[in-house]
Amino acid sequence: MTSQIPSPRAGSDPTADPSAAPAGSRPMSLVATVRRLRALTPDLTRGLVGTVALALVATAGKVVVPVVVQQILDRGLTDDGVRLGLVGVAVGIAAVVIVVTAVATYRMNLRLYRVSEGTLAALRVRAFRHIHDLSMLSQSAQRRGSLTSRVTSDVDQMSQFLQFGGVMLLVSTGQMLLAGVLMFVYSWPLALLVLGFYAPLLIVTRLAQRRLAVRYAQVRERVGELLGAVAEAVVGAAVVRAYGIGDRTARRIDGSIDRYRGSQISAQRVIAGVFALSEFVAALASASVVVAGVALGVGGSLSTGRLIAFLFLLTLFVMPIQSMTEVLNDAANAFAGLRRVLAVLDLPRDVRDPALGADDTAAAAGSPAGTGVPPTTGPGPGRDLPAGPLGARFADVGFAYPHGPPVLRDIDLEIAPGARVAIVGETGSGKTTLVKLLTRLMDPTAGTVFVGGVPLPEVRFASLRARALLVPQDGFLFDLTIADNVRYGRPGAGDAAVRAAFVALGLADWLDGLPAGLATRVGESGSRLSAGERQLVALARAQLADPELLVLDEATSAVDPETEVRLAAALAELTRGRTSVTIAHRLSTAETAQEVVVVDAGRIVQRGPHRDLVAVPGVYQRLHQSWAAGVGTTADTGRAAAPAEGRMKA
Amino acid sequence: MVPSATRTDVRETGVLGLGFATLWRGIREQPRLFAVAAVGACLYTLTGVASSIVLGEATERVMLPAVRDGHADWSAVAVVAAVIVGIGALRALGMFVRRLAGGTVVFRVQARYRHRVTRQYLRLPLSWHQRHSTGTLLSNANADVEAAWNPLMPLPFAVGALAMLVTALALLFATDPVLALIGLVVFPTFGAVNIWYGRRVWPLFAGVQRLRGEVSAVAHESFDGALVVKALGREEEETARFQARAEELRDAMIRAGRLRGLFDPLMESLPNLGILLVLIVGAVRIRSGAIDVGQLVRVAYLFTLLAFPLRAFGWVFGDLPRAVVGYQRVEAVLDARSDEPRGAGTLTAPGPAALRLAAVTYAYPTDSPPDGADSAAASGSRPVLSAVSVEVAPGSIVAITGRTGAGKSTLAGLLARLVDPSAGAVLLDGVDLRELAPGEVSRAVSLVPQQAFLFDDTIRANVTLGLDASSEAVWAALRRAQADRFVAALPAGLDTHVGERGTSLSGGQRQRVCLARALLRAPRLLVLDDATASVDPRVEAAILAGLRENAGASTVVVVAQRRSTIALADEVVHLDAGRVIGRGRHVDLLASSPRYAALLTAYEQAARAAGTDAGADADARPAAEAVS
Ligand SMILES: Nc1ncnc2c1ncn2[C@@H]1O[C@H](COP(=O)(O)OP(=O)(O)OP(=O)(O)O)[C@@H](O)[C@H]1O
Ligand SMILES: Nc1ncnc2c1ncn2[C@@H]1O[C@H](COP(=O)(O)OP(=O)(O)OP(=O)(O)O)[C@@H](O)[C@H]1O
Ligand SMILES: [Mg+2]
Ligand SMILES: [Mg+2]
Repeated sequence: MTSQIPSPRAGSDPTADPSAAPAGSRPMSLVATVRRLRALTPDLTRGLVGTVALALVATAGKVVVPVVVQQILDRGLTDDGVRLGLVGVAVGIAAVVIVVTAVATYRMNLRLYRVSEGTLAALRVRAFRHIHDLSMLSQSAQRRGSLTSRVTSDVDQMSQFLQFGGVMLLVSTGQMLLAGVLMFVYSWPLALLVLGFYAPLLIVTRLAQRRLAVRYAQVRERVGELLGAVAEAVVGAAVVRAYGIGDRTARRIDGSIDRYRGSQISAQRVIAGVFALSEFVAALASASVVVAGVALGVGGSLSTGRLIAFLFLLTLFVMPIQSMTEVLNDAANAFAGLRRVLAVLDLPRDVRDPALGADDTAAAAGSPAGTGVPPTTGPGPGRDLPAGPLGARFADVGFAYPHGPPVLRDIDLEIAPGARVAIVGETGSGKTTLVKLLTRLMDPTAGTVFVGGVPLPEVRFASLRARALLVPQDGFLFDLTIADNVRYGRPGAGDAAVRAAFVALGLADWLDGLPAGLATRVGESGSRLSAGERQLVALARAQLADPELLVLDEATSAVDPETEVRLAAALAELTRGRTSVTIAHRLSTAETAQEVVVVDAGRIVQRGPHRDLVAVPGVYQRLHQSWAAGVGTTADTGRAAAPAEGRMKA
Repeated sequence: MVPSATRTDVRETGVLGLGFATLWRGIREQPRLFAVAAVGACLYTLTGVASSIVLGEATERVMLPAVRDGHADWSAVAVVAAVIVGIGALRALGMFVRRLAGGTVVFRVQARYRHRVTRQYLRLPLSWHQRHSTGTLLSNANADVEAAWNPLMPLPFAVGALAMLVTALALLFATDPVLALIGLVVFPTFGAVNIWYGRRVWPLFAGVQRLRGEVSAVAHESFDGALVVKALGREEEETARFQARAEELRDAMIRAGRLRGLFDPLMESLPNLGILLVLIVGAVRIRSGAIDVGQLVRVAYLFTLLAFPLRAFGWVFGDLPRAVVGYQRVEAVLDARSDEPRGAGTLTAPGPAALRLAAVTYAYPTDSPPDGADSAAASGSRPVLSAVSVEVAPGSIVAITGRTGAGKSTLAGLLARLVDPSAGAVLLDGVDLRELAPGEVSRAVSLVPQQAFLFDDTIRANVTLGLDASSEAVWAALRRAQADRFVAALPAGLDTHVGERGTSLSGGQRQRVCLARALLRAPRLLVLDDATASVDPRVEAAILAGLRENAGASTVVVVAQRRSTIALADEVVHLDAGRVIGRGRHVDLLASSPRYAALLTAYEQAARAAGTDAGADADARPAAEAVS
């Protein structure tokens, strides 16, 4: 009978097999979704028996009023007069029942809130962790804003719904069931009659429910679009302003706001229609109950009290439907949100930590209760990197971004332990891609990368991340102090250690020049520092993390030449005996490296020490000529003289 | 976050007052549609009252006699049935109208406020943006607007319930004044419980809202820095950080739930207890002959019917605290005033612009001053630029150089009027930028920022940014930025989507698209902030060659640290810690300023020290210059 509730909660979708419905393909049915949720957070059903018992008591109390009305009408207010004693007793009992019901409802609510909030918090944390476990590529395939909303607004929607409507829905459903049963008790023919009216409604609502699911999916999509548009205007505020494109940006945002509104209203239309219909059906049912009831009464098989009680029950039976109209928006939103969170959890962790074990969601579901944190420490599959300096080897490696052409081809490269290697090449030639494979931020589409002789997919992340470190060009800073940002690579390091990192890099002067020194707050994404200063902090962070294999991807591109040269010397000193791989467009780095690797259009075209490469015609010689002309004294002749690089350009 | 000032307000006015003021604002946005929804709701609830009358009458006149006498007046039964169906139809109509109109009101009001909030984002100065995190601004535009107007949804229903209450009371009095007294007891109790709840729950939900903001801020930042988190293997610590916040929120929700869990059963049992009173008092009254059974049934049924609409108050009240907090946050954005003067001046002269910085001083604003007050006076930190004076003749190229953090980017931003100086003035063609009409500066000046920012759009759209430019013009700009070759090789050429913030391009590719964006505009003043830092030396040389060829068409200010770029300039300005410590021709500065020479010749020195020679391979190199 629950399936008569015209809500997305009703029944299960027979076409959606929970196991055969991976993320994105088709919305999961309610049952499958709940089952999945339970697998993720076993706490969901803790103490369920007690809660159900309380819920039974709570619902039982709901029908006390019709029963007492019937008793009083049939036995208390007889034609022979009013039996006040009986009325008093009936009312007294009912009052007790109502109070008990209220207490039971209160206790049940508490339990439900505790369980549901606990479940949602666990789900949030689990989704958060899962998103961090996704590969860089999977992460950037989603909008950042939408990833955030997976662990914020989507979950908030659910909790909002559970606190404000969910419990009520649950109780109402029970109420509907119980009222239905009592209706059969009072008069089964009338009860059948009522069901006769609700059966066709069921079919209509099933259809509407499907449309509603589609529309709400659209609503959630439009929210994402809206957030994306607003985020661009906020993050790109400087560009918007510098180029005076406020109007254009506004139009774009306006469009997304209006589309969002449109989708909300169109979902609302379906809801309004369904519930108006069910309201009308309720009236039809009452009218026919009156007619049939009178007929039965005339025949002597139904007392007036029972007939009236039946009509009261009918109200209790349809009331849940009314309640649902109020919370259905929330319910549909919450359900759509839940699906989206589960869909994120279904994204495969494509660059997997071998310590996580075989696969994936199934294994993860069995992890320690609640926390959602898969065990990454302790013995498990995967290997640790060998001690000492780490070499690296690319064996026949190729890479293509999803749906893109190959970006790296036939890469065979050996980096000796302790070597100092520079990678150079034109912009867009694939250097960044290469070092992301080296540090396993991505997996190659062909071939294998070895570090310390171990194939990267077999290296446990705990070992890999502690020993091999990439410093990207845009060294992201958190909205913390400088000290905390530097410590980020090695939590627990004291201020003295942090300071020592700056000193070792020759940056003590800079640090001392800051108003609050190490305690200076860097602002959101480090926005209160200059671009070069952000890179200095990122380098200090790497210095403190003290990796065996240090990979710098244009990590000093915004730093002034004097500081850069000083940094390079300091780093060379500090990484002595360790392996370092440096990408830089400033070929001063290449000049001092032991070996230069030249990448061109996705292939390694030259390698060797600077002295050798610069002497033979080729990519490196051309690059170096431009560089030398830029930094050398020929540059000083300025606008007047015919520039060397101008001539050189083919 | 709730500013402390508003917290006192709350104590004085009470959340209900603030809440209804908020709702009233929403109603005024859509008064007519709201009225329609309220009428629909009244239709719905009043037909409920009507149906209780019908039921009472039918009991007394049709059902009781029929059962008693053993035969029915079928025409009367038919009338009753028809009336019930008719009332049902009206009820359904009322429900439909209320749902659709009510929903439309909410969604429209929310959309309007979203328009207003985002308009503000575009209008407010960059200094304001610098004080507010992306996460906050996103939730102001989305979650806060939503929270502010959510209670509008059940509000028409509450209006209908009120109408029903009044009618029901009238009906009660008409039926029996004694029974009516019960209503007079029960309904005010109902109201009192609601008000009590609203008071108690307010601080709890304010806390919840704040914690939601914190959870969201952690998630936002953590995902933004996902690459660093990964590279340093800090997933576990990040999760712990997030978990701490999530659990705090969970506990706050459970605390709020405790209250809510009490409120709901109270709301439910009150009408039921009312019915019991009605039954017992009614029985007495029937015995004394004051009312008949039909009237008792009618009153009892009325209470049953009332139980549901009365809950609408609960929905409205329950959501008010969130609404108030949400609205306050939205209001803070809407009330923020830009202190940037808006002039009416225009720039009419064609050709390259004359630029003058007159004793420009700039200090970044200190930590968030109270929202709304956006005054330059609030900026009290140490100046990043101090009395910088520079004069740039039309058509000339001036390089700005200096160490990391010297203030170069800050200066570049001032030229494009991203911010206004704290003291002094930036003048274009002799006119203070602050006196120019909105849009004038961006028409004349193009800035290529140090951080390449691309929109999630096609290459073409990123270059034109809405400017009406032909494909040829776009290609020409790309060519000058040395971006034409790689764009041509992209699968969809100009129409390739670059992904969020340009993720599908390499660093150097992004930077060149940004450069093309500026070049396309043929600005009168071109400002390049280290705009070739991420490109290889060959491409850089080619870009510079292009700039040189076009010298004279624009005035160019270029922030740079490499000699190749600086050598282009007619004049170099050497900034250090926000002050100009050297000005003049590159060659002269090299000779006269040791600090300048040390900065600019660092690579050469290093190369020499390492035994290789940076310049050694460039043919026919003149003898090494004197370096002090
Ligand atoms: N996420 C991505 N999706 C699709 N294509 C990408 C993506 N990232 C990079 N590419 C493409 O792969 C190629 C190599 O990019 P990569 O970032 O490795 O170049 P790079 O050598 O580091 O260049 P730069 O010197 O400009 O940083 C480029 O053509 C780029 O457009
Ligand atoms: N939003 C901000 N709030 C407070 N201080 C800031 C802010 N932005 C920059 N600063 C400070 O102002 C100074 C100048 O910064 P600016 O970005 O202008 O330097 P820059 O010369 O461009 O450096 P770089 O060569 O590294 O790009 C720096 O010391 C920096 O810490
Ligand atoms: Mg790169
Ligand atoms: Mg800068």
